[in-house]
Amino acid sequence: MADWLFLIPLVPLLAAVINYIFGRWWLKSLSSWIAILAVGFSFILSVVTFLDIRSGGGIITQHLYTWIPAGNFVVPVTLEVDQLVALMLLIVTGVSLLVHIYSVGYMHGDPGFYRFFAYLPFFVFCMLMLVLANNYLLLFVFWEGVGLCSYLLIGFWYRRRSAAQAAKKAFIVNRIGDLGFTLAIMLIFIHFGTLQYADIFSHIDTASGHTLTIIALLLFAGAVGKSAQIPLFVWLPDAMEGPTPVSALIHAATMVTAGVFMVARSYPIFEASASAMEIVAIVGATTAVVAATIGITQYDIKKVIAYSTVSQLGYMVFALGVGAWVPAIFHLFTHAFFKGLLFLGAGSVIHGMHDEQDMRGMGNLKKYMPVTYWTFLAGSLANAGLFPLAGFWSKDETIVSAWAEGHPFVAIAGLVAAFGTALYMLRVVYLTFHGTERFDPTKVHPHDPPWSMKAPLILLAIPSVIAGMLVGWPPDKGWIHDFLGPVFAQGKAPVEVATSTTVIFAIISTLVVLAGIGVAYFAYVGGRISPRQWAKRLGPAYQLSFDKWYFDDVYEKLIIHPLYLFSVFMWRVVDVEIIDGTVNGVATAVSYTSERWRRAQTGLVSNYALAIGLGTVIIIGAFLVFGSSLFP
Amino acid sequence: MDGIPILSFITYAPAVGAVIIFFWPGATPRAARWIALVSSLVSLALSIAMLLSFDTSLPSMQVSGKPQFSEIHSWLPAVGVSYRLGVDGISAVLIVLTTLLSVISIVASWDPIQKRVREYMIAMLLLETGMLGVFVSLDLFLFYIFWELMLIPMALLIGIWGSANRVYAAVKFFLYTLAGSLLMLVGIVATYQAYFNETGIHTLNVLELAKGHYSHEFQMWVFAAFFISFAIKVPMWPFHTWLPDAHVEAPTAGSVILAGVLLKMGGYGLLRFNLPLFPEAARSWQPYIVVLSVIAILYGAIVALVQPDLKKLIAYSSVSHMGFVTLGIFAFNAQGLEGAMIVMISHGLVTGALFLIVGMIYNRGHTRLISRFGGLATNMPIYASFFGFFMFASIGFPGLSGFAGEFLAILGALQVYRWAGVIALIIVILSAWYMMWMFQRVAWERAPGEPPDANDPVLRTPIPDLPEERLKPVMGGSGDEHFIDPRTFPDINWKEILMLTPLAILTLWIGVYPATFLDFVKPALQAILMPFGGSGF
Repeated sequence: MADWLFLIPLVPLLAAVINYIFGRWWLKSLSSWIAILAVGFSFILSVVTFLDIRSGGGIITQHLYTWIPAGNFVVPVTLEVDQLVALMLLIVTGVSLLVHIYSVGYMHGDPGFYRFFAYLPFFVFCMLMLVLANNYLLLFVFWEGVGLCSYLLIGFWYRRRSAAQAAKKAFIVNRIGDLGFTLAIMLIFIHFGTLQYADIFSHIDTASGHTLTIIALLLFAGAVGKSAQIPLFVWLPDAMEGPTPVSALIHAATMVTAGVFMVARSYPIFEASASAMEIVAIVGATTAVVAATIGITQYDIKKVIAYSTVSQLGYMVFALGVGAWVPAIFHLFTHAFFKGLLFLGAGSVIHGMHDEQDMRGMGNLKKYMPVTYWTFLAGSLANAGLFPLAGFWSKDETIVSAWAEGHPFVAIAGLVAAFGTALYMLRVVYLTFHGTERFDPTKVHPHDPPWSMKAPLILLAIPSVIAGMLVGWPPDKGWIHDFLGPVFAQGKAPVEVATSTTVIFAIISTLVVLAGIGVAYFAYVGGRISPRQWAKRLGPAYQLSFDKWYFDDVYEKLIIHPLYLFSVFMWRVVDVEIIDGTVNGVATAVSYTSERWRRAQTGLVSNYALAIGLGTVIIIGAFLVFGSSLFP
Repeated sequence: MDGIPILSFITYAPAVGAVIIFFWPGATPRAARWIALVSSLVSLALSIAMLLSFDTSLPSMQVSGKPQFSEIHSWLPAVGVSYRLGVDGISAVLIVLTTLLSVISIVASWDPIQKRVREYMIAMLLLETGMLGVFVSLDLFLFYIFWELMLIPMALLIGIWGSANRVYAAVKFFLYTLAGSLLMLVGIVATYQAYFNETGIHTLNVLELAKGHYSHEFQMWVFAAFFISFAIKVPMWPFHTWLPDAHVEAPTAGSVILAGVLLKMGGYGLLRFNLPLFPEAARSWQPYIVVLSVIAILYGAIVALVQPDLKKLIAYSSVSHMGFVTLGIFAFNAQGLEGAMIVMISHGLVTGALFLIVGMIYNRGHTRLISRFGGLATNMPIYASFFGFFMFASIGFPGLSGFAGEFLAILGALQVYRWAGVIALIIVILSAWYMMWMFQRVAWERAPGEPPDANDPVLRTPIPDLPEERLKPVMGGSGDEHFIDPRTFPDINWKEILMLTPLAILTLWIGVYPATFLDFVKPALQAILMPFGGSGF
């Protein structure tokens, strides 16, 4: 079994390399088949691995080679699969496969078709290696690797300045988090002398609580960047410049959850520091609420879903912060399906509407694209957390655990965000698919996409509806808890949740979701609430939400612009005037003096030669004077 | 390979080529190019053979006193000067880097250099001999001769075949480095004298001199003399201002050699002389040098953020990258030194390649202004792929050569001065920022003045100016009066692909499997670290 573990990431890598080198001139549209076959192969192997793990096969390890041997700093390239990784493998390869199939139709006719099908399997390779790594540095390598893919795919339509800027922004903002992550890795090495998870976690008590807090917070900084939490979430909405399948795969289902995965992977470090956990919980809860409020007022269909992703990632993060490791991964699992589905659905709408993304120019699409409508509705309700769809089970578990672990405010924040989620998701559904056409049906002819795009929608809609029930029943004791239990066995046992608490929260959150749906219905279908009047009535609050809480503006004014001015100052004043000015001043002074001494000799070179001679004499003379006292 | 003076062959093969070109009056430019190529290829082949037969299991020459491929001939016995060649892992690796980049530089000069081709090739070949001589010499007198020998052809390359402001840049380069080497000469003489006073033996053998016991005060002074000389070469802040000028004015091949090899002389000198000869002084100077390194790392990157000129941007990024070399060396631990070595090699490959890449579009557009390019990925996809590859290598993308080096250098520093490592880490943000800014403007987006694209909803508007455009008037002397539309550039040809491919392969190789290369340098670094407690090995 272990012998062919490396094939899971390797085969997509090969597909990527082949497509990139031969795609442009020879393979052309054939490149999509190579990519699909490769990812399909990985998917099958992942299923086999998963079954093997599930049947109690234990941890599977494969050592490939030693990457960096620098003194006692040794970094092996070793793949390791436990239950958590097996689950991640399934999610990554499964969603990737569907997105690949969907992309064949979506990217049809794009001049960069081959490039797309080179980047996408490369991403799959990096993501798989990220989860398979058995040590922090290897994880970090592919953490950056998925960042590279994200950069290339956000900037896929590189001729647009907006896309190029968004790609750069995503990479740089992520690097701010990576700064913390890198530092954390170095500190881990300095304190534990190793970077392999198992070795660190078994010696966790050798480090002081203070050190562990710092390491945990620095690791979390990396997660804040990658998983788009406050204050670094600003890159994710901009990342929607990329083709929509990319948004579905990278910026919803897989890459952005890498931060959650990494924190969950490091749970012994986090559990050792109560204050770090507190910060994780607060950041997650705040992000969940803030992003939900922004989502309510946006008009770009992809932007709403992007803010929804940020908000849902907030749920996962606060679940991590309260020590609810399994619910966090559970939400990651269900979220991958319904958020992937929502993006693909949005892609299908954009495709059908000829690149229109503004919901103000849509309406009544239900009539034109029924398959998209029904699948999108399923995804929306799952995202909103309506009983008994997938999102309900996982979201409810995160809220209940927050309450049970003694974080009532986090739980309330979760409920508030749940209301927002229901409101903005149904707002999208109503604005896009209901009401009257706000476009000219004689010019634009919306239609359901071809089967290659419809099939992935349906295949994702099924788990979006039933996955939560299957693995999450009964609540807090479902199959996923049994399965992932061994992974988190080292930590303290989760608090036993009374059945009554579970039921009460299920009822409360259902009411909250129904309220959100109701408001959306009355505002956009029933017509009893006028969104325009409410926007006016709310005034600054509405503006705050519409302008995304001014994060980007503040960064622009407080960081980017001052840094730019500072750079100009450092270059034009410090470098050119002061440092170089001094150097040139010395040269001028020397040549001026020599000019006066040797008027007969003119010409630049001879002056410099003289300067050299003089300098030599001075230096050697000075040396002789000092030298005699230096060595007797 | 016993008995064959392979190091001499490697070193003088280019010089032989230079002599042939010089004494063959009928040599056409074409013949001169071929002679130069063949002689540098001979040197490359021999150096690879040398590297392959290098025994990595032997202890380093500092320990055993026996350098590999040693050649010793008595020369001026009265004053203790001898012809003494030999290599350890550090120099062996740098020799191959030198011969490789020399061949690539000659190929890169094939078409662009049309003026005084014979003289140009002679200068290139003499430069190569000088550089190789520096790496193989174990006698300080010989070392100094080669050190000066390399200076003159480089200054000529800049001053004769450079662009508009070339004479200023050449003189500045010459004077700056000459000032440094005079200081080094003083240091050599002083060390020679001190060793004689202690032992009564006249010698300039580096391995012998390292065994001397020098007083602390003496060490402090002589260390400083050597250090300033090497710091100018590295170049360390604030001795760096010759570099942007030299790079901007030098022809492409000159920039490649300058960035790829000449800057490494500084790091090499520190490892070969400063640390083994004056370990006490090194310890005392450590905090100051670490501060300068950290300043260089951030300063180079911050200044690079606003450069409107491609070559200047890369020049300032070199200042930043080379800061990691000194930072790593002066951490005095295994991670720091190995990191510094990897950065040196990696910077040679990656920055060399970036200068080639800039040169390729300079040849097509006759400008180095970033704002004059745009959208090259459309008509030059192969070019853009290489550009993107080396851009990511330069910003320390893991899996490519730069990452392991910078990571280890910072890890080394972090163990000594926590603050230095933390501050230096800010580079991961800044380097991505300036490189991506450059890449975006050159390879992505649209060409300046390109009409709107009616078929794309986003490209229906013309291109607005970025705030950076305001910097344009301050650029001088790039000769960019004739604007050539970048959309007409042809993609790179097979010759250009051939130049970049070996660099790309090595960059990837070192990034993915650095052990091949670390095996060579490990014993030597171990020996250097011994006076410092040898921590970490």
